[in-house]
Amino acid sequence: MASAGAFDDITASESSLRRFLHGLPGVDQVGADARAAGLGTRSIKTTAKAFAIDLAIRMVDLTTLEGSDTPGKVSALAAKAVRPDPADASCPQVAAVCVYPDMVAVAKQTLGSSGVKVASVATAFPSGRAAIDIKLADTRDAVEAGADEIDMVIDRGAFLSGRYLQVFEQIVAVREACGEAHLKVIFETGELQTYDNVRRASWLAMLAGGHFIKTSTGKVQPAATLPVTMIMLEAVRDFREQTGQMIGVKPAGGIRTTKDAIKYLVMVNEVAGSDWLDPDWFRFGASTLLNDLLMQRTKMTTGRYSGPDYFTLD
Amino acid sequence: MVKVPEKATPFFAYAPAPESRAIVDIAASYGLFIDGEFVEGHAKSFKTINPATEEVLAELSEADETDVDLAVRAARRAYTRVWSRMPGSERAKYLFRIARIMQERGRELAVLESIDNGKPIKESRDIDIPVAAAHFFYYAGWADKLSYAGQGVNPQPLGVAGQIIPWNFPLLMLAWKIAPALAAGNTVVLKPAETTSLTALLFAEICQQADLPPGVVNIITGAGSTGQALVSHPDVDKIAFTGSTEIGKSIARTVAGTKKRVTLELGGKAANIVFDDAPLDQAVEGIVNGIFFNQGHVCCAGSRLLVQESIAEELLEKLKRRMSTLRVGDPLDKNTDIGAINSAEQLRKIRTLSEIGEAEGGERWSPPCDLPENGFWFPPTVFTGVTQAHRIAREEIFGPVLSTLTFRTPAEAVEKANNTPFGLSAGVWTDKGSRILWMANQLRAGVVWANTFNKFDPTSPFGGYKESGYGREGGLPGLAAYLKGTD
Repeated sequence: MASAGAFDDITASESSLRRFLHGLPGVDQVGADARAAGLGTRSIKTTAKAFAIDLAIRMVDLTTLEGSDTPGKVSALAAKAVRPDPADASCPQVAAVCVYPDMVAVAKQTLGSSGVKVASVATAFPSGRAAIDIKLADTRDAVEAGADEIDMVIDRGAFLSGRYLQVFEQIVAVREACGEAHLKVIFETGELQTYDNVRRASWLAMLAGGHFIKTSTGKVQPAATLPVTMIMLEAVRDFREQTGQMIGVKPAGGIRTTKDAIKYLVMVNEVAGSDWLDPDWFRFGASTLLNDLLMQRTKMTTGRYSGPDYFTLD
Repeated sequence: MVKVPEKATPFFAYAPAPESRAIVDIAASYGLFIDGEFVEGHAKSFKTINPATEEVLAELSEADETDVDLAVRAARRAYTRVWSRMPGSERAKYLFRIARIMQERGRELAVLESIDNGKPIKESRDIDIPVAAAHFFYYAGWADKLSYAGQGVNPQPLGVAGQIIPWNFPLLMLAWKIAPALAAGNTVVLKPAETTSLTALLFAEICQQADLPPGVVNIITGAGSTGQALVSHPDVDKIAFTGSTEIGKSIARTVAGTKKRVTLELGGKAANIVFDDAPLDQAVEGIVNGIFFNQGHVCCAGSRLLVQESIAEELLEKLKRRMSTLRVGDPLDKNTDIGAINSAEQLRKIRTLSEIGEAEGGERWSPPCDLPENGFWFPPTVFTGVTQAHRIAREEIFGPVLSTLTFRTPAEAVEKANNTPFGLSAGVWTDKGSRILWMANQLRAGVVWANTFNKFDPTSPFGGYKESGYGREGGLPGLAAYLKGTD
């Protein structure tokens, strides 16, 4: 295991950081896609399915990130986060509510002491195209309003032009601005394009002190995919192998069905290991996923499907 | 950053997800399929069992010389009177029909294959049956285009082909043999392996369903003596055999000096070579797929892992972690990765060679796994510290047992990879395209896979160097093996 500070040499200069990131083992795209597809064929039934559905509900970061968000809408979403299925008290609550910084206080008020966290996007989400001072101010603003978790975006432009140290330093600065809040680092993998880039971004964010690495903003297609999430799970697994430290993973965007969510959980289980099967270490950034999980959950307990009208909108 | 949690996390145990057996209907006993009909054999019968449970599945007839003669005569009649005279476009219609029926009855074939062979349902469902059907589709397309097969303008079929197939991919090997033979205008007598005859017999039913003219395909069940009778029958024009090198040699001796043509697909001890610049996680998948696919019962299995010394430790750690997620058990469970060993005899052989590996100083490792009490099982196993001199580095184990050796330079990798009596396949893992091409030129193996392993396609020829046999199956060379040229 590497001791603390073992990576200081790596992040000392642009060239040493580049050498390290480009020295990581490559990813063969065909092979990675095939492995992810293979894991997607696991058949999860009965007790395993019930376990997976409840776990997935507990892992949801229930999200609304729209220009049209209002306090009423956010407050309703927060209420749903605490009691996803009003008809069934045994239904667990979700992990967090994810909103824009100006809605943090509203969400916080509704969530109260429920234990459901408030996550806020920050750093000029979703494009990240702003000066660092503004990104930091955005972050502090969200933290002061009571955010427990900050979902930042990396500067993809800097990353793609090879200015890794700049990306690294920005993450470090945002992490400082977070104070006690946990930091999730969004790569926007749809813009990074290659799996090699995803692996490098993962290591970059882990070295910079992110608590979570997250695939996407949900504003760019493709958002989360199984292979991309697999590359990130491999990265956190290898990072723990080397440092003993555990980093969380959050796929976000495009995960809408229970079937999809279960594929992700199988992947977590078999690629990173069962230690990651916990809301502290794996999250789903999603909005419509929750209702499908609830419908499937009701189907498991009652044996019948209910219509969408039997579940709350948000 | 947060330290690893102390608390125990719940274990995600996959509940059983068995594929239903209801779709297959196994008769109590089967005859021989000769001249379009199931007939009683003249000799004794034998039992075929489910290797995962040792339950008896059915009684099969063991064809004797009289039966073999009847089958060859039926094939000869069908050849001269019907099949060789039929326009290629008409033959193609039958082959397309067979391919479609195989797809339509795919689930039935897959379940039956897993019951009879012990292989996981996900493999029979996703690989064996679809690829078998693909072979019929592929060769159906050739039936009316033989003038373009590179064998002269008017190539002719050989006549009656005697075909003997192994137990590891029963229906797939049947397709490899029958599809090109029929497309080229030959008729066949095929003997499936004695432990895995059921899908061949179901295929006979499919031939009936497709209205294939009687005698074009004949299926005779039995063991070694049946095969021997077929090989030495004077009216057989071609022998195609897939199986062990030992029996392949004996067949070559039997047909020596006769007019019979022979193709042999025999054993292998393939090197799977991982360089230090390889995509490691995908290489681990390729190693797993190379040796644990189909319980390692694959003639082209990547049974020798050659790994560059500088990454050996890291790669083996990754490999062991990956092996710990392999699920061994009920072949019909959709989540099973490794099924049952096909027979008690094969299990004995795997055990013996593994014990020899240990005795010779190899370090043996298997992940903890609960094996069922009945049936034939062997855990996925890796040996480290193996050298070229160890028997487990030289002999084909034909089971889920991987021998690991290291190398330092590309030249050493080539030298070690080629230092074997076999030469069926090899794998190369590196990010460097030029090295892949260089290695492919140096390796004496019929198939060289780059950054992948165990990929099969009807258009791609398959066959070996040295003791791995001669002749090619698949693709155009596979068709040429059933044609004689006229210019």
